[in-house]
Amino acid sequence: MEILEPAFMQRALLAALLVGITAPAIGTFLVQRRQALMGDGIGHVALTGVGLGFLLNASPVWIATAVCVVGAVVMELIRSYGKARGDIALAMLFYGGMAGGVMLTSLSDAGSNANLVSYLFGSITTVSEEDMVAICVLAAFVILVTIGLRRQLFAICQDEEFARVTGLPVRLLNLLVAVTAAVTVTVAMRVVGLLLVSALMVIPVAASQQIARSFAMTFGLAMGIGVLVAVSGTTTSYYVDVPSGATIVLLAIGVFVALTALAAPLARRRARRTEAAEGCTLRVPEARTATDDVQV
Amino acid sequence: MDEQPGATPENADEPVIALRGATATLGSRPVLRGVDLTVRRGEVVALLGANGSGKSTAVRAVVGQVPLTGGELELFGRPRRRFRDWARVGYVPQRTTAAGGVPATVGEVVASGRLARTRFGVLRKADREAVVRALELVGMADRIKDSVDALSGGQHQRVLIARALAGEPELLIMDEPMAGVDLASQEVLADALRAQVARGATVLVVLHELGPLEPLIDRAVVLRDGCVVHDGPPPEAVGQHALPGHDHVHPHAGPVAEPIRTGLLT
Repeated sequence: MEILEPAFMQRALLAALLVGITAPAIGTFLVQRRQALMGDGIGHVALTGVGLGFLLNASPVWIATAVCVVGAVVMELIRSYGKARGDIALAMLFYGGMAGGVMLTSLSDAGSNANLVSYLFGSITTVSEEDMVAICVLAAFVILVTIGLRRQLFAICQDEEFARVTGLPVRLLNLLVAVTAAVTVTVAMRVVGLLLVSALMVIPVAASQQIARSFAMTFGLAMGIGVLVAVSGTTTSYYVDVPSGATIVLLAIGVFVALTALAAPLARRRARRTEAAEGCTLRVPEARTATDDVQV
Repeated sequence: MDEQPGATPENADEPVIALRGATATLGSRPVLRGVDLTVRRGEVVALLGANGSGKSTAVRAVVGQVPLTGGELELFGRPRRRFRDWARVGYVPQRTTAAGGVPATVGEVVASGRLARTRFGVLRKADREAVVRALELVGMADRIKDSVDALSGGQHQRVLIARALAGEPELLIMDEPMAGVDLASQEVLADALRAQVARGATVLVVLHELGPLEPLIDRAVVLRDGCVVHDGPPPEAVGQHALPGHDHVHPHAGPVAEPIRTGLLT
């Protein structure tokens, strides 16, 4: 395997594998809660973290993680307390994060626009050893939370009010979902880029629910699709000189289209089978005697 | 469901729910204006009232989903703030669907009602059996592997009730479980409720009309404009109003000389 020879490709493939698992894992819960675009919002906020990293000459991954976590917690608090004007507040956060990132980058010496673009759209082949350690640690956290607490997270994302009455620590779990989503954004930002992070959280889930009937299958299949497109996209970008992030997202959309096309005949066959099993019998009612026993 | 939750001797006479002088607002509008509601162990209490009378807010306040601006609430003899034992409460929120943003099976949704009884959310054999039992009670055990997206309105409601029953609660609180449910499902739900009452469970149920549940109801509390206007035997007018075949158009000449004004008929 010549592709595994260069060290940077080993790192790239490992990063792709981790992103392929983590992004759809947390994405499933976000989609379940109908917050599919939350990843996108966090991605915008992360830019400020990247800019701050340039300015302070520190590792952008760790600084971005810190800023994302703060941003995601603020978003979660806005969601749970100020429902009425939540969308406006979120918009402020998104665009503030974006503008802050551009401003801070331009103020720093290290940051050039080209450098910023590598975070916006991903540049998997420039992932450093130091980045890789951060990505592995953060990915481990995301996998632990999403798989270990999947039943609790399922309950709060399915019906938050019911979950609260069963005594689950819903506020804590909601914050954990927000923090995990934020961490996932920074795990994925070197691979697919901040503007495309959300795609890898949402599209594999959307694709897998075309054919899945259970949550467990949606969850597992989404991670499978995520790994498939992330690794094959990275491989493609090695052989053909194309950006990895865009390749991965386009592949994911391809899988979505393929599964959607597959789902229609599958559903038809399923319907035919139940029809054959149950059948329709016309029951002719027997002659009725007039009974009017309702006294009003 | 072999345990007898009503048998705990230490506080057998203590009300399961004690709401005293409860007030609550939604936005700036007062919705509850001094509501007293006591439910004793083993009782089946129906909370009735017209739309906007505050009956839904009252039960949501009982389960801690609406903050009270005044008054007191005790659950199982403990002030609401110090009550932690939510596994004893089964709650059916007012919903028209059990589905979320991603597919889920009937079994998965009902299992989430069992979480309070598990340690760290790990489902053991006993928990899986409880899920199946809860689904048997509502006649949906054969649909356990089906996606909730494929269910009818009445079946969604049955799944939501099975989810509350999966935890084998001592107190069952249901917010309009009969809304949008076909007659066949209503009968199934009445049977499920009868089984709960038989094993000693306490029930507080919000209803628009008594319907098939009427024979089970011990006491009815009628709310109007956030105040209790009736607390006692189920009002006759409401019972007759809900008889099958009643077509809701003609005015009532109820058998009671002084008809109880429930606000349901206006």
